[in-house]
Amino acid sequence: MELNAVTIGFVVFTIFTLGGGFGVVTTRNLFQGTIWLMLSLFGVAGYFVLLSAPFLAAVQVLVYIGAIAILITFAVMLTRSVTRIKARYVRLVPSFIGSLALFLVLLLGITIPIFGGQLPESAPEYVATTRELGAALVDENGYVVPFMLASVLLTAAMIGAIFIARDETT
Amino acid sequence: MDELCTGLCRLMVDSGADAGLAQFLSLLVGVLLVSGVPLLTVILLIWIERKVAARIQDRIGPNRVGPIGLMQTFADLLKLLGKEDITPTNADRWLYNAAPLVSFASVVLIWAVVPFTPFHYGVDLEIGALFFVAIASFGTLAIMVAGWASNNKYALLGAFRVVSLLVSYEVPLVFALLVPVLLAGSMSMLDIVNAQTGMWFVVLSPLAFVIFYVSSQAETGRAPFDLIEAESELVAGFNIEYSGMKFGMFFAAEFLHVFTNGILMALLFFGGWLGPLYYESPLIAFAWLGLKGGIIYLTTLWLRNTVPRLRIDQIMAFNWKFLVPLSIANLIFVSAALKVMQELGWAPREMIGASFVDLLPTTLILLLINGAMIIYLLGILRKKGREARRESPSTRATLAQAAAD
Repeated sequence: MELNAVTIGFVVFTIFTLGGGFGVVTTRNLFQGTIWLMLSLFGVAGYFVLLSAPFLAAVQVLVYIGAIAILITFAVMLTRSVTRIKARYVRLVPSFIGSLALFLVLLLGITIPIFGGQLPESAPEYVATTRELGAALVDENGYVVPFMLASVLLTAAMIGAIFIARDETT
Repeated sequence: MDELCTGLCRLMVDSGADAGLAQFLSLLVGVLLVSGVPLLTVILLIWIERKVAARIQDRIGPNRVGPIGLMQTFADLLKLLGKEDITPTNADRWLYNAAPLVSFASVVLIWAVVPFTPFHYGVDLEIGALFFVAIASFGTLAIMVAGWASNNKYALLGAFRVVSLLVSYEVPLVFALLVPVLLAGSMSMLDIVNAQTGMWFVVLSPLAFVIFYVSSQAETGRAPFDLIEAESELVAGFNIEYSGMKFGMFFAAEFLHVFTNGILMALLFFGGWLGPLYYESPLIAFAWLGLKGGIIYLTTLWLRNTVPRLRIDQIMAFNWKFLVPLSIANLIFVSAALKVMQELGWAPREMIGASFVDLLPTTLILLLINGAMIIYLLGILRKKGREARRESPSTRATLAQAAAD
């Protein structure tokens, strides 16, 4: 493997992502868990940069760290005990089997094409512009149907949230 | 490789240095300059801010250390560095120490995408405007972490207030930011400035500028949105447990953020370095940017020292019931009008390179739409204000007195 900026970046972001994930599941402190989660999500944003998708990287940071993680911290503060959680997760065997199965599926899915000789194309050097991304979202041959579905789903969720949160008495 | 290696780097390669090393060194110098300029500016900014605040409050301000008090900030800096560095006993040590760093970095990193002149900038990211918003969200995170890690109820309460304020005002900020992006057809800061050669965006959509101005004032936690510091209720707010230079970093981040917002507004709405003779020399271009940013910065100081603090529920109501709907409506009207005019051939398809004459019909129509919205809004505000005054206890008392008489 060639040692260049991309490789170093990949290693650093992998440490961020996996280390953050490990921190989330091992810490006994919910708030620190949130911070670990942010570190992990930040690592994913770094992958987007390496994959020549800066727009997605910025959105990842903005949405996950700027909005969702802040919401999670608010939710964490509402829980009864934030630090030194006593409860332990006991169903270890089913979780182990489930995560092992998932890992195997991913491992085979990624490695079989490589050993089968179909090397995946490496990420293009050229960076796709935001304009192209926007055009692909509304193009008939692009992603217009998933885009519409997501929009409808989000609108429905928002209406639902407003309906539930509305004060009955007023 | 060749296009990355220009200027200083080319000079080093020509004088016999290794190409890779030369590129690394020139990049290093660039990074140091981009991050160093704001660090040095903030020292001067604190002095300016204190002087302006003093004049508004009919005082003289710092005037003992150095000529006209210029050295006061250095004295304060040395004092902060010499103070005892206290970490509360049950504080979350790592997070407690990381929060001021993240807070300051979130402001300094914005300068990476700020172009100083047409040729001098950190990076010209294709997603410049989005980068600015994404980086700013780290500041929110830092405040939350600082409030929690301090292990102090006042700090946590203060952090909650501030974070709810910051998260709320991010919404109109982004919607207002979308207007220059939409007009320029690009998120790159360089393109946004170049698209204003024909006409500044503040003329095309003054409403977007006003919304951006108000919400960035809130984002920096300045009066009338200074929930960040509520001495009488919360002792100090989220930074109560911080001492010495750790407090100094929060402090410097806030001061720098205000100036950064001034520069950003100059870039997004006032044409950045565009002005007479800007193409003659980068220095003239830089002076124009500094002048415009400085004037906007001074108005924020003026506002900060003139208006009183609002209550938290008033601030929230103002944001969600007024600014957010307004910013969404403004975005819809501007984008619809622009698209219709482009289809009719009245507006140029590309703002970059469009001259003043090309943009004249666009300007007039967009300005007309914005003007109509502003007049309508002022009407609503007037009505609301009257209702509020009629229902206020003091008015009621006066009316009751009049009736009794």
